[in-house]
Amino acid sequence: MATQHSRSAARLMMAPAVILLLGWMLVPLTMTLWFSFTRYLPMRGDSIERGLEWVGFENYVRFIGSSSFWPSVQATLMIVGGVLLITVVLGVLLAILLDQPMWGQGIVRILVIAPFFVMPTVSALVWKNMMMDPVNGMFSYIWRFFGADPVSWLSDASVPSIILIVSWQWLPFATLILLTAIQSLDSEQLEAAEMDGAPVLARFWFIVLPHLGRAITIVILIQTIFLLSIFAEIFVTTGGSFGTRTLTYLIFQRVVDSQNIGLGSAGGVYAIILANIVAIFLMRIVGKNLDR
Amino acid sequence: MARAVSTRRKIATTTLAWLVGLLIFFPIFWTILTSFKTEAQAINNPPLFWGFEFTLENYAVVQERSDYMRFLWNSVIIAGGSTLLGILIAVPAAWSMAFVPSKRTKDILLWMLSTKMLPAVGVLYPISLIFVELGLLDTRIGLIVILMLINLPIIVWMLYTYFREIPGEILEAARMDGAGLKEEILFVLTPMAIPGIASTILLNVILAWNEAFWTLNLTAANAAPLTAFIASYSSPEGLFYAKLSAASTMAIAPILILGWFSQKQLVRGLTFGAVK
Amino acid sequence: MGRITLDKVRKAFGDVEVIPPLDLTIEDGEFVVFVGPSGCGKSTLLRLIAGLEDVSGGEIRIDGQDATMVPPAKRGLAMVFQSYALYPHMSVRKNIAFPLRMAGLDAAEQERRVKAAADVLNLTDYLDRRPGQLSGGQRQRVAIGRAIVREPAAFLFDEPLSNLDAALRVGMRLEISELHKRLKTTMIYVTHDQVEAMTMADKIVVLRAGHIEQVGSPLELYRAPRNLFVAGFIGSPKMNLIGGAIAKQHDAATIGIRPEHISVSPEAGDWKGRVGVSEHLGSDTFFHVTCEGIGEPVTVRVGGEVDLSYGQTVWLTPDANQLHRFDDKGLRIA
Repeated sequence: MATQHSRSAARLMMAPAVILLLGWMLVPLTMTLWFSFTRYLPMRGDSIERGLEWVGFENYVRFIGSSSFWPSVQATLMIVGGVLLITVVLGVLLAILLDQPMWGQGIVRILVIAPFFVMPTVSALVWKNMMMDPVNGMFSYIWRFFGADPVSWLSDASVPSIILIVSWQWLPFATLILLTAIQSLDSEQLEAAEMDGAPVLARFWFIVLPHLGRAITIVILIQTIFLLSIFAEIFVTTGGSFGTRTLTYLIFQRVVDSQNIGLGSAGGVYAIILANIVAIFLMRIVGKNLDR
Repeated sequence: MARAVSTRRKIATTTLAWLVGLLIFFPIFWTILTSFKTEAQAINNPPLFWGFEFTLENYAVVQERSDYMRFLWNSVIIAGGSTLLGILIAVPAAWSMAFVPSKRTKDILLWMLSTKMLPAVGVLYPISLIFVELGLLDTRIGLIVILMLINLPIIVWMLYTYFREIPGEILEAARMDGAGLKEEILFVLTPMAIPGIASTILLNVILAWNEAFWTLNLTAANAAPLTAFIASYSSPEGLFYAKLSAASTMAIAPILILGWFSQKQLVRGLTFGAVK
Repeated sequence: MGRITLDKVRKAFGDVEVIPPLDLTIEDGEFVVFVGPSGCGKSTLLRLIAGLEDVSGGEIRIDGQDATMVPPAKRGLAMVFQSYALYPHMSVRKNIAFPLRMAGLDAAEQERRVKAAADVLNLTDYLDRRPGQLSGGQRQRVAIGRAIVREPAAFLFDEPLSNLDAALRVGMRLEISELHKRLKTTMIYVTHDQVEAMTMADKIVVLRAGHIEQVGSPLELYRAPRNLFVAGFIGSPKMNLIGGAIAKQHDAATIGIRPEHISVSPEAGDWKGRVGVSEHLGSDTFFHVTCEGIGEPVTVRVGGEVDLSYGQTVWLTPDANQLHRFDDKGLRIA
């Protein structure tokens, strides 16, 4: 569909983006991979100039063997799983609700979407102080109003609290995408089902939900990729204590706090592999969409 | 094809939807409200929804104490700069992929997407090393480059999906009319792509503004944007609720407004065109 | 001037050869129509001439100059696209002026030429509108306007009427023919509609699978189709093609007879048959007659209103002077 001339021009125009991303991907990745096989403790004087000691897979073994590894996997799974469950279920319900005829639909939509635009450090701090603080938080007032003892959310129920905060941030994303998907459902299909005698629940189960299947998959995959690397929310609330140290946060601490670069890099490689497993599924779906 | 919906049902859904909407919005509302209270009123029990003394003092204090304007300026430069740079690099790339597709176009697009999946924490140390080496640590230009790189796949993808909606025959017509590559892009493609480019810019400003891994880890005093400014409130002294609220309000207000304009584009951009 | 010569021009997409080496000369001032079924390569051929596709081999000469490697903008050709390809963000005036602007003409000259083109095309009242505010026919005219202001060596039309409804199509057909008579510029016109080809062309090029089946004036093609494909493609309603024993009587593998060259009689004739569906157009009447010994129903065209009832027995007599004979390879027997 094009001439030789425009093809070579096209290649030239693609070059900056491709080269930059290639560099962005390969250079740090190669370094991380290299560090992960070395003993690299800058605090004890190790540096690239002096040469790093090759230790083979020792860091990989130690990272998995450390007492913090499995708890961090558990925390990651609970947080990612919890947020996915909440956002998808509530997202579907909210999307259906927002698709109904009502007064002030535009405004409700704006209210629901707003949390997505709040920067992670703000939402974490607002929730930590304004909502969940055991003395002055809104929850503590409500608890006291009903005569209950206020809860120190972020220490006594730390994982559910983080899940709540992150879900609040991501629910708008899920809702918005599912709402877009619902609106693309052919209303004649629903009318046909109604004529066929299907009651509301059956229409939801047999028509709406299958139609949303693809959008739900996309929501799950994209959120998983972002949720696996949530950072600021934990950084400013619990700092990784009270069982909220996720894999990402553990790696961060290994690299930044304990300055064990080799060990942190090995953890980084695990995280990259994990993210790529999810990414493959996402890319297959997106790729199929390109062929249309 | 609107069907007559019974008024009673409409009242019910309206009430429910508004309740849910207000509930979700409540933390933001409460933050904005508290920012106008005095510190004592901010922690009043029961919480004050009305009847408090309206004050702007917190905003003044926040500005004075932590030099809000400097952080704001950093945020503007970093978010704007990285978006602009990204657009400059992505427009030609997306143009060629949309209008001169080859067998590899799809693979390149998917590969670009895959770089977006790279967990940042996995490459934190190498990037810091490179930044130290190049003297980019705690500089705005360093953050501009990093944020441009992490958002480049999204920019390319969004532009690509918009460009693909421009019929190729129009560009061929321009070629027949004597337009060279430069004129084709300048007079035909760009004006037609402006709405798409604008949405892409909008979404990317939002993403860059809210980015909170690299901005927290690669800045100290000089280049810190609003994300870092707010994070400094995580270990406060004394009464600080009203001030935290004022600072938070100032950090999110600009983007909240931009965000409301970009709902539709958000879906397309964040799903890489898979949901429109 | 606009004499275009294709010399062994060839086009392949990868391993698929869509146009095998092909020679063709288009004389200056000629109205040439490329016609053929969809997928025959007619649009590709046009795009090769335009320079929107690279040739895989051979040479394209415009007025004797080798233009094979010349970019589209420098070939001095103007093209009207099937989708009109108007610039949606520009007013009609700016659309028409665009090629002039690209050529670097000054504003006054641009305005003068746009005015002249708008006059010719009845667009004067719409100059400040956007393409989105125009009807299909008006958009078509803008696209033509954009082509004529450049005073090109030749016009290329890629199925320009296929997006218009039937009534408009007839009107635009006349307008384009009229334009050609006035400008006397070479026009190359691609269509799958043989009626457009017959009514507009000085010279028709019938294409099939990238091959030229026949080149000639509309009446040459009508009177002496070179093979079965052209015989079946040119003329409406289609020529009746009859094989078997009846063809043998004429020493041919297949004989062809156009519906208008058959006479009908209720009493006597060569072929006995039964009247099937009749189509009454007012000016003509078409009968589909099922004849003994002929597989397909024979289409007969009779001038004016003629009434024959369904199932009625009739006799058909082909005009022996208008009989086309084809051999077993499908080629015309002289």
